[in-house]
Amino acid sequence: MTKSEQKLATATPLSPKKHAILVGASSGIGAALAHRLADEGYQIALLARREEMLSTLTDEINTKYGETRAIYYIHDVTDYDAVSELLPKIITDLGGLDTFIFNAGVAHMVGLKKYDFEKDRQTVEVNLLGALAWLNPVAERFQELKSGQIVGVSSVAGERGRVGNPAYNTSKAALSTHLEALRNRLDKLGVNVLTVKPGFVQTDMVKDAKKLFWVISPEQAAKDIYEAMQKRKQEIYTPARWRLVMFVVRNIPSFIFRKLTF
Amino acid sequence: MKKLNLTQLGNFSKSLTATVYHAQPRFTEEIIEIFDFARENGLKIAPRGAGRSYNDAALKGGGIVLDLSLLRCVQAWDSETGILRAQPGLTLESLWQFILSDGWWPPVVSGTMKTTLGGCLGMNVHGKNNFKMGTIGEHILEFDAVLPNGKKVTCSPKKNKNLFYGMISGMGMLGIFTSVTMQMKRVYSGLVHVKEWNVPNLESQLGALFRESPENDYIVGWLDGMARGTSLGRGQMHAANYLVEGEDADPDDTTRVAFQTLPDKFFGVVPKSKLHYLMGLGLNNLGVWGVNTAKYIVGRDKSYQQPHAAFHFLLDYVPDWEKSYGKYGLIQYQSFLPKETALDAWTEMLTISQKRKLPTYLGVTKRHRPDNFLISHALDGFSLAFDFKITKNNRAKLSQMVQDFDKIVLEAGGRFYFAKNSETSAETARAFLGAETVEKFRTLKKRCDPENLLYSDLYERVFAENV
Repeated sequence: MTKSEQKLATATPLSPKKHAILVGASSGIGAALAHRLADEGYQIALLARREEMLSTLTDEINTKYGETRAIYYIHDVTDYDAVSELLPKIITDLGGLDTFIFNAGVAHMVGLKKYDFEKDRQTVEVNLLGALAWLNPVAERFQELKSGQIVGVSSVAGERGRVGNPAYNTSKAALSTHLEALRNRLDKLGVNVLTVKPGFVQTDMVKDAKKLFWVISPEQAAKDIYEAMQKRKQEIYTPARWRLVMFVVRNIPSFIFRKLTF
Repeated sequence: MKKLNLTQLGNFSKSLTATVYHAQPRFTEEIIEIFDFARENGLKIAPRGAGRSYNDAALKGGGIVLDLSLLRCVQAWDSETGILRAQPGLTLESLWQFILSDGWWPPVVSGTMKTTLGGCLGMNVHGKNNFKMGTIGEHILEFDAVLPNGKKVTCSPKKNKNLFYGMISGMGMLGIFTSVTMQMKRVYSGLVHVKEWNVPNLESQLGALFRESPENDYIVGWLDGMARGTSLGRGQMHAANYLVEGEDADPDDTTRVAFQTLPDKFFGVVPKSKLHYLMGLGLNNLGVWGVNTAKYIVGRDKSYQQPHAAFHFLLDYVPDWEKSYGKYGLIQYQSFLPKETALDAWTEMLTISQKRKLPTYLGVTKRHRPDNFLISHALDGFSLAFDFKITKNNRAKLSQMVQDFDKIVLEAGGRFYFAKNSETSAETARAFLGAETVEKFRTLKKRCDPENLLYSDLYERVFAENV
């Protein structure tokens, strides 16, 4: 665990601060969201594996505003045991916690007729277990505080099991379900749980993929996510038209779905 | 030690909340356990009495708030000499209720009785008699404290003198008071004589404070922040005097606690616990202008007798009045200026606030004298406290204005008070305290708290290491 050494300014009544943790921040939606939250005056702890990218991003943000708004920590989400020490430390460094965002994720291409347990295991370890390792202690704290916001970046891919990437579908389906369960536990206490289901976003994850459509920029996704956070929504699709598409896809009977090639 | 729960705590003026671990010791030994816990977990601590500061003095976001309100016992009371020994969490309310029927009153009280002794010492509070009785610290005979370095100390103006003058006024950043011995003031009645009169502008308001203060035990001015032109700074003065021995025909009656208790209905009709909702409706520029103008017009020379509690604790007259400022709360901006420069500086500040359409909804003036404590806000002059309502959209404008005010105050040789102002920067703090005082305080801090365990958000803001 490495951390940047900058110090965040304390909040005052005329410059109140919101504090967020963003796991999976170094590129794509995470990096765009980091910029967006900093724009909105948040103080953010950025977590990812890749130090160089993370430190560049942190510098970019802090230089842009002429003050420290972002600090970073090197963290691999499969290092589950690290969370129990890291989370309280970050809350202390930030000076509080209002929002927790889990955006870490991997998507391995396995090929239509291939089965690769190692890759599948990694997918589940990052996308699902990595999320659970953070979401549980964060939920516990928000439950105690009776306030807070959890944002989980899942995917439209979690809505059906498809031929292309079974483990990815599984991991995102499980993440969406877990987020829903947390929502059902915490919403009545005043804690908002937002499930984000992006379609195709122009990130490293899809750079080798073919047949993409409605591809949006990470900035557009970050904008949609931030607006949903503001409105304390429960679930969003980004872009929004995926909601209708996925409604149809979810309701395609299995005997038809089996014959489809996507 | 019990598990520390995460919770949200705020400040008195409802303008700031922080996520903190809440620690509430019941015994002095538990304070040491909390120091150990903080050390082991890399956490900082902000001590808290009643949380009545208007800023971040009793908050440490992401850290521990050491809530001392359960350490509130009176440990000794001598009704012959008026010397009281008590734990730091004792509120001024419990304190006066304990001693008044024996014919004693605290020599210095804050505008609310909800504050605790420890908090009052940490900020070295003053009252409406600062020009005569000084700050609360001047009436402390001795205190015991536990320091983060593990030492237990006893301090008085003679014993551990530097620590005595540093811990009182030290914002709770040097150690935690565990027992405070204080001299009370003899009174011969539960009533005070009060005089009330209007003053047509700021010059006459400051003149009244200057002229009348030697003649009275207490004096305070209300300032109408909306009045302009030749009426700028107009207001109403309240002066009060103790009754002399024999003047009250039945002191046993007037010094009863029940006699002092504030009525719980306003005009005998509106329950006061609900009054802040009603007040909230009028707390806008137009409403305050109306109320201020009416208050000034109907104000005339009056004199009457009033119970101590009603005169001193105006802030408690409407319970939860701070909530009437709405969702975003208020800030208080108090400046202390030498008597020679006060008129010009405050004339400029009032004019600026009106021009920028950010008028103060309440202005309060007082007369002061300097004191010997290390972090001192007082001087030979006056103070003026402004209340500003925070709205959804005025933060940036207000922030700019208080920064401009800071410059005016510093140029006029003024000072600030760390229980009130929420935006004072480390540069400003260093400018008015002087580099020597800051270094002296840091030296004491290193001795008492080498690991910086006591580190409130206020301390971080005004004593940032890199300044």
